[in-house]
Amino acid sequence: MTDLAAPIAAAVPAGRKLAETGQWALIFRRFRRHRLAYASAFVVLGIYLVALFAEFVAPFSANTYNARYTYGPPQPLQFFGRDAGGELRFMYVNGYKMSFDPVALKRSFVVDQNSVNPVVFFARGEPYHLFGLIPWDRHLIGPADPSQPMYLWGADRLGRDVLSRTIHGARISMSIGLVGVAISLFLGLLLGGMSGYYGGWIDEVVQRSIDFLKSIPTIPLWMGLAAAVPANMDPLLVYLWITIILSLIGWTDLARVVRGRFLSLRTEDFVLAARLDGCSKQRVIWRHMVPSFTSHIVASVTLAIPSMILAETALSFLGIGLKDPVVSWGVLLKDAQSILALTTAPWLLAPGAAVVVAVLALNFLGDGIRDAADPYA
Amino acid sequence: MRPIPMLERMSALPVTAVAQPEPLVTVRDLKVQIGTDDGLVRAVDGVTFDVPRGRTLCLVGESGSGKSITGRALMNLLPPSGRIAAGRITYTDRAGEAIDIGALDPRGRQIRGLRGKDISLISQEPMAALSPVHTIGQQLVPVIRRHLGLSRREAEARAVEMLGRVGIPKPAERLGNYPFEFSGGMRQRVCIALALSCQPRLLIADEPTTALDVTTQANIIDLLQELQREYGLSILFITHDLGVVAEIADDVAVMYLGRIVERGTVDEIFADPRHPYTQALLKSVPRLGAGRHTRLAAIRGMVPSPFDRPAGCDFRPRCDLAIKGLCEIEDPGTITLGPRRDVRCVLQRTPSTDSVVTERSTSHA
Amino acid sequence: MLRYVLRRLVYTFATLAAVSVVAFLVIQLPPGDFLTSFSAKFAEQGGALDSDALTALKLRYGLDQPWYVQYWLWISGILFRGDFGESFEWNKPVSELMWDRFGMTVLLSGITLIVTWIVALPIGIYSAVRRYSWLDYVVTFLGFLGLAVPSFLLALALMYVFSRYFGMSVSGLFSPAYVNAEWSLAKVGDLAMHLWLPVFVLATHGTAALIRVMRANLIDELYKPYVQTARANGLGEMELLFKYPVRVALNPFISTIGWVLPNLVSGAIVTSVVMSLPTAGPLLLSALLAQDMYLAGSFILMLSALTVIGTLISDLLLAWLDPRVRYA
Repeated sequence: MTDLAAPIAAAVPAGRKLAETGQWALIFRRFRRHRLAYASAFVVLGIYLVALFAEFVAPFSANTYNARYTYGPPQPLQFFGRDAGGELRFMYVNGYKMSFDPVALKRSFVVDQNSVNPVVFFARGEPYHLFGLIPWDRHLIGPADPSQPMYLWGADRLGRDVLSRTIHGARISMSIGLVGVAISLFLGLLLGGMSGYYGGWIDEVVQRSIDFLKSIPTIPLWMGLAAAVPANMDPLLVYLWITIILSLIGWTDLARVVRGRFLSLRTEDFVLAARLDGCSKQRVIWRHMVPSFTSHIVASVTLAIPSMILAETALSFLGIGLKDPVVSWGVLLKDAQSILALTTAPWLLAPGAAVVVAVLALNFLGDGIRDAADPYA
Repeated sequence: MRPIPMLERMSALPVTAVAQPEPLVTVRDLKVQIGTDDGLVRAVDGVTFDVPRGRTLCLVGESGSGKSITGRALMNLLPPSGRIAAGRITYTDRAGEAIDIGALDPRGRQIRGLRGKDISLISQEPMAALSPVHTIGQQLVPVIRRHLGLSRREAEARAVEMLGRVGIPKPAERLGNYPFEFSGGMRQRVCIALALSCQPRLLIADEPTTALDVTTQANIIDLLQELQREYGLSILFITHDLGVVAEIADDVAVMYLGRIVERGTVDEIFADPRHPYTQALLKSVPRLGAGRHTRLAAIRGMVPSPFDRPAGCDFRPRCDLAIKGLCEIEDPGTITLGPRRDVRCVLQRTPSTDSVVTERSTSHA
Repeated sequence: MLRYVLRRLVYTFATLAAVSVVAFLVIQLPPGDFLTSFSAKFAEQGGALDSDALTALKLRYGLDQPWYVQYWLWISGILFRGDFGESFEWNKPVSELMWDRFGMTVLLSGITLIVTWIVALPIGIYSAVRRYSWLDYVVTFLGFLGLAVPSFLLALALMYVFSRYFGMSVSGLFSPAYVNAEWSLAKVGDLAMHLWLPVFVLATHGTAALIRVMRANLIDELYKPYVQTARANGLGEMELLFKYPVRVALNPFISTIGWVLPNLVSGAIVTSVVMSLPTAGPLLLSALLAQDMYLAGSFILMLSALTVIGTLISDLLLAWLDPRVRYA
């Protein structure tokens, strides 16, 4: 740093007691100044909560179908209207009017402004087991009369609720990011750490492998690997396989970050000082080196999750990732693959909005953490 | 930091206050503000000094004292968030005309005509001061052509001559080399050649030796002194290294927290420091022959953040001689001790000097 | 320089060899012998494969031998005879099916790459120089959005908009009249009319990424001492900007080709499936689903080779631009 910047650097801490503030408190303070990243943190938290309590949040289960409402258009939520009996309803959706075109053999729906189906919070609906354990039948939002349709985001080919399916899909799509990143992180820390700490031929081998893996276009490789997953495999195993396949590439970026940090830290004075003080190798690594780059790792991990989500979506969309009984955003979007389906029911793209929001929020969050993690940036 | 060959210096230069010719640059009550996320910093807060012709003025201070910013201000080359808030920087050009540098557009044609031609800069990091992807020639020649209006061939000849002059062996061949092919000391020589290629009248040397090893430091300083004699160059030398100051300075200004706390000739400063800060700085320099068991004195405390300047005297919290009830209340103001000698400390007030104190309101701090 | 080029070439060949092994292993992964599916297919079409033909095929591909022998038979056929094997799905040599599709992939990726650069470079520079201006914020936000929208989703959305509001079908690269026509000026013109939408879809992601790279690189460079040196020598801001920091920031930008290209090829596959473009994507997908191993393996091999060679080109370009790489 030049002297030029010195007065600015000295001025950076908003508080004056730099020396008394811990690293994480400093990072958090800087992070909070990134409004967008801070807001994104809540969005991400919200999405994960929704995924966790999907059964409760979703009005219906993922597989509840009603052939009567095939490709039923979205019924927007309305507030304060009078129903047929003239009674004031706080929240309601309009019912459908159906017509049948005998020539085209096509059924078409119109949202009927006159019919009012009240909607309530904590509606009694289909029973489910929360976390697979606690039996319950309340849903965050639902039609007061369970026999009435409520398709807030429209219905798909089988008359399933797109909103409910998107909410249930969040569980797989969001968790595949977490699990995949966890595997990547393990590989990345292990190989990147070895590469950076030992150097020499280990470094050379790991670096060449990374170069190699990065030069292969990911989708063809994933496609090849995913196509090898037997079609009749247990869905849970498929899920695991796909995650492992995705992590196979994912670890390279993390390994790079870890290695880079190790290399630059190895020559830092404080590491040298720790070593000269007689700290054991383990202590130098875990007590002195790792804490000084954990924040970078957290940032890289946050930024790796969205690419995992996007990859799963792409594979499932192509029909070689997760398949139908499993509900993920990619699987849902596969329904929108043909332009024919799309022109009939454009709302099938709605899960795409979920993908975009989740990825956007995770990217903002990761960017904010990365900026905050580097106190001298 | 190197020990100071002080006695030698003192005998070499007689302390004479001969009538000086008009200074090359005069700086009057210069204030520079820099915007940061946390508000405005008064990086330079009312400094006054002259850069005499053909002599070397050293600006001494810790990092953050505003010395580099002061140097940059002389070229009107502040960081984007900085601006000259008040004061005058007057440069007398070759035609004898006075130019107020601070009033020029920092991106304008006039100041750009001065930069590199009349006033040059060499900076602290010879490693980073040259573009890594251009050859030395590609960086030197256009500057010479621009300022001296020479043809490509003439400019190349001049570049080779300059490189030779600063002591680079086989200069004609090295014109095609990239900066990373030079050692740190050689690179600083290239920077000096670049800075002096158009025969400027003022060289601002911002810690040019800090990043170099001690032997190379000495070589570079010798080179600068040689070139100064040869070209009649004025040098504003910015450093925190008192050893270097003793070697190169004619005049010294000591800066602390954006203000000059003491000013004088090098002999006055070293032999008779008046400000407690200067005294403390001098005590913290290792000396030859001080004996094995003497402890090196350190100044206690830290430089305060520019956001909470202490009330009264800036140095008071770290000062051993502070007078309770006076120093934390009253800004000492500048006390003139001689024609080119002043100090900001209440201890230097005598009944006779009281009258020349530039009074400052205490609310200022 | 020569030594650097040679070393890069050796690396490239080693990578290509490794890629071919991976491609081969990937197509070997599906359980079961491909001959089983082949003869099943044959039976479906009404003819039974006699045991002689089966033995001949077994011999040709060395199916009763260990995998490395099979690999050698496969790769030597490609290297020495240009024989990529047989597509069982199409009953045609792979090379007959592949080159057209592969050529379209190269064309599409190449054009997209160029468009990406042309768009990303000036915007990135502007964004860095006028940091925190409103346009910088807009660009940054659009960049984030571009990174968050999967290319196939963008393709779907655009196709929907075009068919719903303009009554246009925007899939494919040719109008029906030209699909099977010989190459002519008119066909090229028709291709150009169809190409812009896929290029737009594919370029979005890369452009967003490259703008961020360029912006970050340039911001790093803008405050370096050498820029200050140039300024202290009286250079004007514009001249200075393009002569020094932009020039230096260009180097990491060039080297991004190494990862932009693989991403592009990947994105092109999914997008092509959605927009039914006659590129490698749809054929690769159907080959994988049908376990048509030689066709799939050849595509994986060639697409990987495309990116490996692209990376080599970017490395050489970088060495030409950056003396530090050249002399290292």
